[in-house]
Amino acid sequence: MKKINLAILAMFAGILYANAQAPADTGTYKNRKLQLEEVNIVSSYYHQDGDHAAVTGGIGSQRLTDLSNSIQVTLSKYDVHDRKHTWNLELGIDHYTSASSDNIDPKTISSASSADTRFYPSVSWEMENKNGRTLGAGVSFSHEFDYQSVGANLLFAQKTRNKMGEFSLKLQTYQDNLKLVYPIELRTNSNGGSGEGEDYATAGRKTYSGTVSWSQIVNSRFQLMLLMDVIYQSGYLGLPFHRVYFNDNSVHVEKLPDSRLKIPLGIRANYFLGDKIVLRGYYRYYHDNWQINAHTVSLETSVKLSPFYSLTPFYRYNHQQGTKYFAAYQAHSSADEYYTSNYDLSTFDSHFFGAGIRIIPPHGVFGMQHFNMLELRYGHYNQSNGLQANSISLNLKFK
Amino acid sequence: MTKHTRKMLLLGGITLTLLASCTVVKEYQKNRLNDGEMTLGNRKVEKTELSFESYREGASGANGAKSGGGCGCN
Repeated sequence: MKKINLAILAMFAGILYANAQAPADTGTYKNRKLQLEEVNIVSSYYHQDGDHAAVTGGIGSQRLTDLSNSIQVTLSKYDVHDRKHTWNLELGIDHYTSASSDNIDPKTISSASSADTRFYPSVSWEMENKNGRTLGAGVSFSHEFDYQSVGANLLFAQKTRNKMGEFSLKLQTYQDNLKLVYPIELRTNSNGGSGEGEDYATAGRKTYSGTVSWSQIVNSRFQLMLLMDVIYQSGYLGLPFHRVYFNDNSVHVEKLPDSRLKIPLGIRANYFLGDKIVLRGYYRYYHDNWQINAHTVSLETSVKLSPFYSLTPFYRYNHQQGTKYFAAYQAHSSADEYYTSNYDLSTFDSHFFGAGIRIIPPHGVFGMQHFNMLELRYGHYNQSNGLQANSISLNLKFK
Repeated sequence: MTKHTRKMLLLGGITLTLLASCTVVKEYQKNRLNDGEMTLGNRKVEKTELSFESYREGASGANGAKSGGGCGCN
């Protein structure tokens, strides 16, 4: 009997000991299901016109209209370690009509290349723990008639112990494949697409990029971010339907080097002035090994007309020193190793200005509780080479 | 020292001065920093603008936008 009592005591003591070693239940963990955080719908209309189309060798209409729509769904969930997982699912569709692309084959009244639709879904995931460390990954896909792209990215970010700064590293790659749609007069049986069969040859383009950023809270009104990208591209980096006319009046397809290294450096600074004005400044210096150098500066001012309405006028200036491979219509000679008449790569200044309005009523837009935010933005863009463009964008957010 | 190097040094100096003047901000003092307009990044409504700027200009990157892939560049 004494032995049985001792055994029961030993078991009881064992249970107490085991319980004493168990971690204390802090009660901080709540089992949360996957929840919808927000849905964003972005629609845009873009129209441009100019007289330097690359398809026609630096002369001709650059008239282009693009309609784009995208929907982004953000979902989140906390796991058993109280880490926040966020998923972003995005689907975008752009449709454009282009006067210059129609001139790839000017014999047709309106060729298939005069319009195209781009379809681009993407998925990304991020996980942030309580120590301010974020890990993430994503994949993307883009498809249009003559271009396909598959992308992947990895993200690492770490906040400082006092949560005043954050370091971030993002690695990305895009593996692209393009159909070599040459101008009609330069098509041969060997380069494909010579007839109605449209059996085009293809070429690849690879992009690898690393983005390093540091964001820092300076004080209760001011924060800034430093950014640096290193982008390396290889493969077919021109476009096969860009014509170049030499000074002997012969016509060729744009020829550019098969590699490009781009190094942009940027700084953002946001300052809350008083109680109603937010100043958002940005500067970027850009250099690449095609000898393009550029300085970009922009300033956006958000004026809070009330706690729920903001007006955001903005201005952006860009100066670009063009590539040494650029020359205008009939300015290249047969001695040139590389040549393009694409004015996007030329020397110019550009100005972009406009304004937006942002509405976040406390009881939802138009009284609809889940319709959280509406933002409408218009901008006018012009380049010193004559290109003019207008864009209008609408963002609807549901929470 | 070239003009370009002097500019970069000046920019670096201003940035370091700003970073050195940082003060610790408590969570309850972050109401302005947490305002939606203070986000250190592009807003979703700017998506098309970033896209056409990267196609119409030779320079791109260092702005959180896509730096390659998926053409749409006519």
